[in-house]
Amino acid sequence: MSTTRSITDFETKDVVIQGALAALAISFIAAIGMLGEFNNRILITSLLSLGYLAIGWIPILFGYRASAEETIEGIDPPIKGPRDLLVGGTVGAIAGIVVSAFAWLAASVDLTGVFIHTGPGMRSALTFGQGIGFGSLLMIVFCTALGVFGAALHVMTPTVRSVIGVALGTTIVIAIFEADAKELFKGFRIRGVASILYSPTGGLTIVSAAAVTALVVAIKVYGKGHGPRVVYERVKLHHTSQTPEMQRRNSWIWGAAGFAVYLVIPQILGKSLSETAVTVGLFLVLGLGLNIVVGQAGMLDLGYVAFFAVGAYGIAMLTSPFRPAQWIPQLDFWVALPIVIIVAAFVGILIGTPVIRMRGDYLAIVTLGFGEIIQKLFLSDWWKPVVGGAQGITNVPSVSIGPVEFAGANSKMVFYLVAILVAGVFVLSHRLQYSRVGRSWAALREDEQVAEAMGINTVTAKLLAFAIGAVIAALAGALFAAKVGSVFPSSFKLLVSLVILVVIIVGGLGSLRGIAVGAIVLIGVLGGPTLPGLLREFGRFKLLIYGVILIYMMLKRPEGLLPSVLRSRELHHSELTQDAWLDKAGDFEEDEEVTA
Amino acid sequence: MAAPLLIRREDETSVVSKTVSKSRAGKFRDGWVDGFLWFIRIAAILVVGFGIFRSVVMTLNGEGTSIDAWENLIVSGVAQGAMYGMLALGYSMVYGVLGFINFAHGEVFMGGAMVSFFVAQALFDNGVWESNFALSLFIILIVAVLTSTLIAVIVERVAYRPLRDAPRIIPLITSIGISFFLQYTFAGLFGEGVKTYPTPPDYLRNKVNVLGFLPIEGTKILVMVVALISMIGLYFYVQKTRAGRAMRAVAEDKEIAALMGINVDRTIVSTFAVGGAMAGVAGILWALLFRSISFITGFLPGIKAFTAAVLGGIGNLAGAMVGGIVLGLFENVGTIVVLGGLGIPGAGTLKDVISFSALVLVLVFRPRGLFGERLSHEDRP
Repeated sequence: MSTTRSITDFETKDVVIQGALAALAISFIAAIGMLGEFNNRILITSLLSLGYLAIGWIPILFGYRASAEETIEGIDPPIKGPRDLLVGGTVGAIAGIVVSAFAWLAASVDLTGVFIHTGPGMRSALTFGQGIGFGSLLMIVFCTALGVFGAALHVMTPTVRSVIGVALGTTIVIAIFEADAKELFKGFRIRGVASILYSPTGGLTIVSAAAVTALVVAIKVYGKGHGPRVVYERVKLHHTSQTPEMQRRNSWIWGAAGFAVYLVIPQILGKSLSETAVTVGLFLVLGLGLNIVVGQAGMLDLGYVAFFAVGAYGIAMLTSPFRPAQWIPQLDFWVALPIVIIVAAFVGILIGTPVIRMRGDYLAIVTLGFGEIIQKLFLSDWWKPVVGGAQGITNVPSVSIGPVEFAGANSKMVFYLVAILVAGVFVLSHRLQYSRVGRSWAALREDEQVAEAMGINTVTAKLLAFAIGAVIAALAGALFAAKVGSVFPSSFKLLVSLVILVVIIVGGLGSLRGIAVGAIVLIGVLGGPTLPGLLREFGRFKLLIYGVILIYMMLKRPEGLLPSVLRSRELHHSELTQDAWLDKAGDFEEDEEVTA
Repeated sequence: MAAPLLIRREDETSVVSKTVSKSRAGKFRDGWVDGFLWFIRIAAILVVGFGIFRSVVMTLNGEGTSIDAWENLIVSGVAQGAMYGMLALGYSMVYGVLGFINFAHGEVFMGGAMVSFFVAQALFDNGVWESNFALSLFIILIVAVLTSTLIAVIVERVAYRPLRDAPRIIPLITSIGISFFLQYTFAGLFGEGVKTYPTPPDYLRNKVNVLGFLPIEGTKILVMVVALISMIGLYFYVQKTRAGRAMRAVAEDKEIAALMGINVDRTIVSTFAVGGAMAGVAGILWALLFRSISFITGFLPGIKAFTAAVLGGIGNLAGAMVGGIVLGLFENVGTIVVLGGLGIPGAGTLKDVISFSALVLVLVFRPRGLFGERLSHEDRP
């Protein structure tokens, strides 16, 4: 039954709770210093800074959530209307009032002795630079308006919502990635566009922001039926309708085109973007390697960084002229690489053997222990005569093929090298996935006993996963050492293992596309364990955001952003069986009624 | 078309014969792994035994570690182990009830110690710390316990409860995320610097002769006493109260417990709360022993305490305490004795290597702990 509800038909308790949660989130972001720090970064001149973006989404989200009610199956959802807007506004207003109270508290009591970021900077940001009285009023109006906006997003039809969402999103993305967009414009030799879009003091001008928004709206409204997906489908259709000979010829053309793009990309990206791309590439390789162990063979390895360290230290110990152990002969990179690969595979098997019978969480902890042991050994005085202790090994020569040198400082050149490695590991992972070994890994992951009963040698399969994963990590490590030119134990902390794990889990375990997306989104945008990403402002809050993303993904989408079909089926298996059980129970009840 | 078929048939037969030979060779191959594991076992025992033997001989000959130093190391080991034990209780209880490793437990511990640092600072500024240390200690203990309990309960409510029926690896990964989140929340709110607790009064820093012949630092006695009292309190709570009985029942079998009229959700919350409270106590013990705390302090002690929990047998509360003390001893005494006895330079830099080696060896060779597991869980590794 559809009903129009009176304007006051809502649960006061729910609304108050939502408002309080929104206020808590805003105050939290302010108290950890994010608001104050981000406020210096202008997104749209005299309209929006990154700081207000960081808190602005909260009333919108909570306004949306509070106005949206769970629809119960079998009952028509209530008609959306002014009541929803009122709910959203109330949530926003409550949030605004509580946040203002927090600002007032920070203004009257000096909290900086404990909460170090609650000083005048945060206070003036929370009151929009005004006095506490007028500022509070502004804050309440700000939150209320955004709450109403959030509720309005819920009230409007999905089409309108998506148009508004995409338009605002695009504008904000263009504003946030100002520095990188400028680089790109420079690469495309259209620097003029940047000076039109962005004001000289930083940020989009109001006019250009409005223009971009309007343009995206226009494209969304009039460009229906010409979107990228439609074009892709058409190309695919065209491709499949061709004869094999034509396809073969075309694949040559595609290959050549791909190679041309590969040659051009770093020139367009420019130096700093190439640097980011190299970091993303290295983490992508590590992610793909860890995916073989975790995603394919189903063994949660938290010490993966150990193999990365083995690769980096191996190359450094064999090629650097300043290696601490001078009795080791100095080799060329390409001679040293096979040795490093063999050593890494051996270490992989060495670590893999004791844990062969372990599963799940104990395996995770033991591998974590191995990772820590290896890092601490590289740091220790005991191994210092060979690996240099805390000082590490410096002057690792860069890679060169014939006359071409891939010097570490020249990130454009390194990009070429990393891209080849990424492509190679990608192809390897892809081929492994459906190979005999890959299928035996899948069986192993699903059920070890059954796999063994089917004749799979679990010992060999597991050790092979460890060895291949180790070799891939060592390759990334070797390239890392040659690129950076030095290795220190501090580059191989436990944190690196965890970050790689987060990358592949957020992207989607077992899904190669997913891992690529995960690496780009997390490492590229937010930044790696030590290196900054495109959003340099996030540096200090990077790992906090990593944590939030990881928790959110585990709660809402444990299969990842771009899941592999198999994996998501595994994860939702219990839900399916539960539903089946419920259905059965329902049938049973009906039967009873009949007999009664 | 006949040719491919033939090849296929050949393939099939070869697969069958391979499988047969594999199953025959299976024992041999497993034997290879077993042999390797035995090799590690024997090597570890030989290395440790030789190290201890040599350092004992060296001490008796009047060189190397002196008897006083031995005493010191053992006492430090026991005190630190008591702290690990308190922390291990939380792991043990959560693993016993829910069956996953709560990585964020170390952060719960850090949070309690961090918040009570500010209280301690305030008490010091007001002079209460100096004039009435017992009261100050009581206050910071209560603050730490409350903070840690609160964090543990909130974490359970927000992150773990929705994952009650998920595969066990999911809450484990979630807890890594929570660990990141809590660490950098504390770094953001309170700053990234290392915070140092005010020094305890002189009578605690001096050595007291226990039983007339064993000189022990006052703080270490205090640590052991606090740990012992908490342990006894926890034992009575778990063994003698209704809530404790409910907890044991839920750990045994959630569904049956629910059928018996136990509120499983509430019992799990109380498990987290009690584990959190013990982590808070451990936070204060840490403050007494090391005095400095920062936002990354929690992680490593957390992992080590998990080793202690496994060593004592998951779900075995007294075992967790014993496991903690064994680990503390191993870490303190082992570093100097084993490596000193083996003549490895820079043993101090290898402290974590020792404790993580202990972790690996325990998990690989004795995953059921010293006394075996007390609480059953459906599919424990």
